[in-house]
Amino acid sequence: MTKDECRKLVIDIISDIAPDEDLSAVKPDVRLRDQLQLDSMDFLDIVMELRKRHGIEVPEADYMQLASLDSCADYLTPKFQAKA
Amino acid sequence: MKHTRIVITGIGLTAPNGNNLAEFRANLLNGVSGIDWTEVRYMGRWPAGLCKFDPFKHQKKKDVRIGTRAGSISIYCAREAVADSGINLDARDKSRIGVYLGITEHGNVETENEVYNISQFKYDTKFWTHHHNPRTVANSPAGEVSLNLGTTGPAYTIGAACAAGNMGLIHATQMLRLGEVDLALCGGVSESPQTFGIFAGFKSQNALASHADPTKASRPFDKGRNGIVISEGGAIYTLERLEDAQARGAKIYAEIAGYCVNSDATDYVLPNPERQAQCVEKALINAAMTVDDIDIVNTHATSTPQGDIQECQAIATAFGKRKEPAAINNTKSFIGHAMGAAGALELAGNIPSFDDLVVHPTINVDELDPQCDIPGLVINQPRSVKRVDAILNNSFGMLGINSTLIIKRFRS
Repeated sequence: MTKDECRKLVIDIISDIAPDEDLSAVKPDVRLRDQLQLDSMDFLDIVMELRKRHGIEVPEADYMQLASLDSCADYLTPKFQAKA
Repeated sequence: MKHTRIVITGIGLTAPNGNNLAEFRANLLNGVSGIDWTEVRYMGRWPAGLCKFDPFKHQKKKDVRIGTRAGSISIYCAREAVADSGINLDARDKSRIGVYLGITEHGNVETENEVYNISQFKYDTKFWTHHHNPRTVANSPAGEVSLNLGTTGPAYTIGAACAAGNMGLIHATQMLRLGEVDLALCGGVSESPQTFGIFAGFKSQNALASHADPTKASRPFDKGRNGIVISEGGAIYTLERLEDAQARGAKIYAEIAGYCVNSDATDYVLPNPERQAQCVEKALINAAMTVDDIDIVNTHATSTPQGDIQECQAIATAFGKRKEPAAINNTKSFIGHAMGAAGALELAGNIPSFDDLVVHPTINVDELDPQCDIPGLVINQPRSVKRVDAILNNSFGMLGINSTLIIKRFRS
């Protein structure tokens, strides 16, 4: 699992969580909430989908790590690699 | 007591055989059923009535994902009713708009879905969605309407089993007369075919319809009837005080004439024809009418062997003194039992009779049950009549709740 693959995986989840959003130009280094209509319930959905689809747990204390695509990739990629 | 006059000024609906009043009415006059096969979780294929409206007409994809099927039905019907009424919501005081929706039940669909979901994860509840509580609170369908329309007045549901559709209109009438709101969006909704529990419950009760042809499964008053066809749907009306409706030059479909809600206090499930007859009689008194004033009686009959007979007994009792029989019909023969939506949808299907003087029939009566052979039944073919000035709509529900609503031709 590379960081690029991890970003794509997160985008796949967001496309289901926020199906009205255009995700073609999401800036990886900008907070997702600053460029998409996402609220705290949506982030809980992202956490749930990571758990369901990939068996990845994100403790509440680490939610801030999901702020942007880049921070997602930094935080999640090692978790995916550890599972591989 | 002289009541403030309340009128119907807009109708939005979705039924298994129509997504607006014109389509619904045309299919009721042309004998077109809306029942088809559906796959029910754990149970296989059963006849059911599913609606084919486009939920994305009035909702974003995300709102459909987060919300409920009952909410989508409610929003579709509410938006269509407002559009039909010609009311500009943005020009209204939204704190003076009430949303009152009758429901048979709510939350079963979402709860079943989540139990099934966690069954895929060895019943580990950490996979249970955080959306469960807002989806399953009893006010959810009405709350979704208020979110979508931005109305800030009271918005809640009225739980009244299958008497609920009438109850939405009755409660709205009361709130308008009390001056609590200036505009009411009211009626009934149901998403019942999305839950296997209601199918399984009626099956265990030996009250779930089966037939080789799904369009013939719902057959009230027919000798071969064998149970209920579960359906979804909704009908929401805009109700206003007459002076408000006239002040804005509104189209007026009909006027609320009277109503009654009572309880059997006899059984969890079995109806009580004596109380049903009392409900009809008290509604007539409330409307300052006699049985001779009623031109159409829309029955609640659900196609169960016993229930249909008991309602026919109740109607025979209540209308026994009438000189000429009223036209008696049934809408469930086309659309199945739309539960919380039933009363509101069935009323809507008959409202055009004020204009066209035609009574839609009850279909699928191949051999009339002699015990249901009461005077005035309109069977299989529409009937033209000389007068339609008042329509009486019955809806009865489990735990013995009965509702009768009478509407009349509007005359200024």
